[in-house]
Amino acid sequence: MLDWLAQAENAKPLGLLIFFVTFCLIVLWVYGSKKRGERLEEHKHIPFLDEDEKDEANAHGKKEINPDRTHLP
Amino acid sequence: MAATSSPATEQYNYDIVKKFSVMALVWGVVGMLVGVWIASELAWPFLNFDSPYISFGRFRPVHTSAVIFGFGGSALFATSYYVVQRTCQTRLWGEGLANFTFWGWQAVIVLAAVSYVMGYSQGREYAEMEWPIDILIEIVWVSYLAVFIGTLMQRKQPHIYVANWFYLAFILATALLHTFNNLAVPVGLFSLKSYSLFSGPMDAMTQWWYGHNAVGFFLTAAFLGMMYYFVPKHAGRPIYSYRLSIVHFWALSFMYMWVGTHHLHWTALPDWASTLGATFSIMLLLPSWGGMINGIMTLSGAWDKLRTDPVMRFMIVALSFYGMSTFEGPLMSLKDVNALSHYTDWTVGHVHSGALGWVAMISFGSLYHMIPKLWNTPMYSQRLINVHFWLATIGVLLYITAMWISGIMQGLMWRAFDDFGNLQYSFVESVAAMHPFYAMRAIGGMFFVTGMILMAYNCAMTIRQGVREARGAAQPAVAAA
Repeated sequence: MLDWLAQAENAKPLGLLIFFVTFCLIVLWVYGSKKRGERLEEHKHIPFLDEDEKDEANAHGKKEINPDRTHLP
Repeated sequence: MAATSSPATEQYNYDIVKKFSVMALVWGVVGMLVGVWIASELAWPFLNFDSPYISFGRFRPVHTSAVIFGFGGSALFATSYYVVQRTCQTRLWGEGLANFTFWGWQAVIVLAAVSYVMGYSQGREYAEMEWPIDILIEIVWVSYLAVFIGTLMQRKQPHIYVANWFYLAFILATALLHTFNNLAVPVGLFSLKSYSLFSGPMDAMTQWWYGHNAVGFFLTAAFLGMMYYFVPKHAGRPIYSYRLSIVHFWALSFMYMWVGTHHLHWTALPDWASTLGATFSIMLLLPSWGGMINGIMTLSGAWDKLRTDPVMRFMIVALSFYGMSTFEGPLMSLKDVNALSHYTDWTVGHVHSGALGWVAMISFGSLYHMIPKLWNTPMYSQRLINVHFWLATIGVLLYITAMWISGIMQGLMWRAFDDFGNLQYSFVESVAAMHPFYAMRAIGGMFFVTGMILMAYNCAMTIRQGVREARGAAQPAVAAA
């Protein structure tokens, strides 16, 4: 088996096949289920969870810098 | 999903982010000034002043190292430390180690610049540092990886946001590339010189596997990490499609590693390796444009921000340049196009449309977003940001237009034959024909560096303003106590 793998003409198409199948599985995993898709899309709100403008403004007793930038899911 | 409650300035380690941000500005000014100088040397050679120390050969790696590793690297350290803390909602792990990455990285840039001016170079493009500096880079980089992974491991947010995937891929891939491209045997313990472990086409292939992946992972993946956080954050709306960002990440990671050989078309490299590089380069167009569309569509429904917000303009123009240069790259990787473009200024123009248009512009946008938050004060002047935007845009356009014309003209002159089958032009005739475009390129660079200096001034004034306000806020508290 190792001898077979050591041959470049065997290892190259095998590597290509493994990478291609893995990539197809990732695409299938991402777009294959509507429910999973919705759950994945939820993560896009992570940058807005820290509410920096609000926190910093409160911490320094200032007016909120831009309230319409606070997007929570 | 978890959310935070304590003030950001207390919760996060902003000190290290501030240090790297300031040094990104410093290296940006220094590196771009050196770039303008060497561009001017090509147009007006008297600027060499017959000194070997500032000759093009020695100054060129000073420019590339200062802008890529000094400016770009410091901006990446700053934004990655900022983004990983904010999206994981936790403080940076390993404060001492993070400080070491700062001082270590700055030492790398200074030592590299001094060694190049003194005439020490490995002769490997973007990896000119001699072996002792390579070892220092290795130590700093492993520390960086430890800090980043340590922070990810103590995250309060269960999901790792996609920007961090891009940053992590950049850190891991850069470690791999740097290690294998710099495998060398020193001539002696007290000698800076060393011999590469590879030779001939193997050496060339290793170098360009490194060289193009430095573009792919250092100058693309990492800055995409920047884009995936700062574009949505500044636009005030989430990324267009999170699922597309996942496919973008994996496709980019799978494909970039294979494309380096397109730098070696028509050489002693085996033809299959060359074809493989070109094929993967063409395929790369899909994830690259997927990512660009994802970034630009984030602004869907809020295009009016482009009229009023110069920072947003920086980010969207950066994405447009990303799209343009990732179309031009695959085009140039085709063997027939490459036969015309290789060794000409077209390549230089292509690199700068990516480096100035994409890398520098997304960094400017991100730094303009981040610096007011770090020092908790608005930017000193919005008007200066606007002026900077136009200087930078005009500068890039002048630069790449000059190099397109010069490069294509060079390629055509080199391959022109007369009726008797002799070369129609001598090499020096092609050099003379390029002169006006070299002057035009230097002027484009002058526009760009003027914008960079304005940014440094604007940020310095913002920092001063922030420090004054913080002192003012602290004094009544002390008096009350």
